[in-house]
Amino acid sequence: MNESASRIGAVVRKELTEFRRNRFIIVTTAIVPLVFLISPTASILAIKATASSAVLTRRVDTSLFFPLLIPVVVPTILSAFSVIGEREQGTLEPVLTTPVSTVELLAGKAAAIFLPAVSVAYLIFGIFVAIVRFGATAAVGTAAWNAPQLPAEVIFIPLLAGWSIWVGLAISARASDTRVAQQLSLLGSLPPLALIALLSFNVITPSLGLAAVFAAVLLVIDCAACFVVAQLFNGERLITGHKATGLAR
Amino acid sequence: MSAAIEVSHLTKQFAGRTAVSDVSFSVASGEVFGFLGPNGAGKTTTVRILGTLIAPTAGSALIAGIPLTRATAGQIRQRISIMPEAPGLYQRLTVAENLEFFARLYGLPQRQARIGEALAAVGLADRASDPCGSLSKGLRQRAALARTLLNDPAVMFLDEPTSGLDPAAAHEVLGLIGALRDRGVTVFLTTHRLDEAQRLCDRVAIMNTSLLSIGRPDELRHALFSRSLAVTIAAPLAKPGEIFDGLPGVESWQAVNPAASDPAGAGPADYLLTVADPARVAPVVTRALVHADADVVSITESRHTLEDVYLQLIDDKNKGGQPR
Repeated sequence: MNESASRIGAVVRKELTEFRRNRFIIVTTAIVPLVFLISPTASILAIKATASSAVLTRRVDTSLFFPLLIPVVVPTILSAFSVIGEREQGTLEPVLTTPVSTVELLAGKAAAIFLPAVSVAYLIFGIFVAIVRFGATAAVGTAAWNAPQLPAEVIFIPLLAGWSIWVGLAISARASDTRVAQQLSLLGSLPPLALIALLSFNVITPSLGLAAVFAAVLLVIDCAACFVVAQLFNGERLITGHKATGLAR
Repeated sequence: MSAAIEVSHLTKQFAGRTAVSDVSFSVASGEVFGFLGPNGAGKTTTVRILGTLIAPTAGSALIAGIPLTRATAGQIRQRISIMPEAPGLYQRLTVAENLEFFARLYGLPQRQARIGEALAAVGLADRASDPCGSLSKGLRQRAALARTLLNDPAVMFLDEPTSGLDPAAAHEVLGLIGALRDRGVTVFLTTHRLDEAQRLCDRVAIMNTSLLSIGRPDELRHALFSRSLAVTIAAPLAKPGEIFDGLPGVESWQAVNPAASDPAGAGPADYLLTVADPARVAPVVTRALVHADADVVSITESRHTLEDVYLQLIDDKNKGGQPR
């Protein structure tokens, strides 16, 4: 393993250990997904077998949209705290005195958020699909199982998580307060979700091509974002409150 | 001895406010160098610049032989360590986990052995498994000091390491810094506690935005204050001028307390004699006083502390005087 990967791994390991021991993060990352599981599950199980095709489609579309909120909301909570939190507890300065580069630091932080956020999102999505498949009426189960959103969600969960993480990290690197960072991050995470909502609810006519283009754009943004956010990360400003003039990260 | 730090005309401005102005100095390898100044004097800013955390507005520096540039910042970070004023430990991680994280960031081989050595050096080996959040402030400072030892740095920057500590904890931390000198580490110590600077530092620089003076503590004292003898007599001298004026080596004299100014007064009288060489002049003064039938209580060289030097320099600066 080269030095860079080793440093990224060190950041990931440290972040995951901190998450595990932070009750606020544990509770938040547990409750938010449960809410997004219970609500659509209850809605879809309540559909009667006699429901019309239009009602069935609308409620299945709505229910399948909820699991996509998990990879948006959970990373937002974690990433918004990520940089500003270090600054507030005074740990950023010692870290920046080590040879770790800004890209390594941010990549480690992003990976540490991505892993639990996407795991939880897939887990909740899997539970939801299993309940619908085996717990709902046959018509509802079939409609949900055959919905085009199902494979799309498998692809969009990590892509949306990536977007939310990088938006959160960018805002966290620029904000002066954790709460402000979380609120702004949530707002910043909404644009791709809004587009998916428009597709899910047929406001924009969905097609395989459109979804593929959208997914590709998100993938490119997620991959390039590390370097963009690294440019926004101004160590001198984070430490002193004043903008850097040259040497510092 | 080669220089571990060379600073030339370093200046830092924040939004039009000058925090550090045209500062130049050098620190030899293995030296414990004290950087003194009041709050807001630019001490921490200087440490942050030399530690590659912030960029200078002007000037240049060599750290551990490496020029301070954006391109070499990573190299410099491998060779130095910084202990900021706040320990900056992850409260939810144990002491050992904190050190392990930093050891990985430095890419150190044989991490566990290095961590064990660092903890042993600061006497924290038995607290390795304790969460940092559960440690007292003094123990956190020690853990932070252990972190700075991990990469075996050529230059160590310690920014107010005893700030906020009680006297016992501060004493312990100072003892650890003293041990660093024995290991040959170059220590750049910022502080406004003059007693610890006097005790630990080979040389000190006193600054207040710009550099006011630099040298060994005794050199600064001699440069700033004329040498003098403090003379105490059991009763005031009737004609002190007849005794002190014209004595070889005595440049001037003054009565210090009211009793000394009044020949008819009662109680011990104190006189201060400005002299060229206290060791040579003291016997001359003693003989003259004995010859005049004076009851000599004491004759001692008047000592100035580093605190006197510091206060004098800061006072000069505040009055708009030139650096010495």
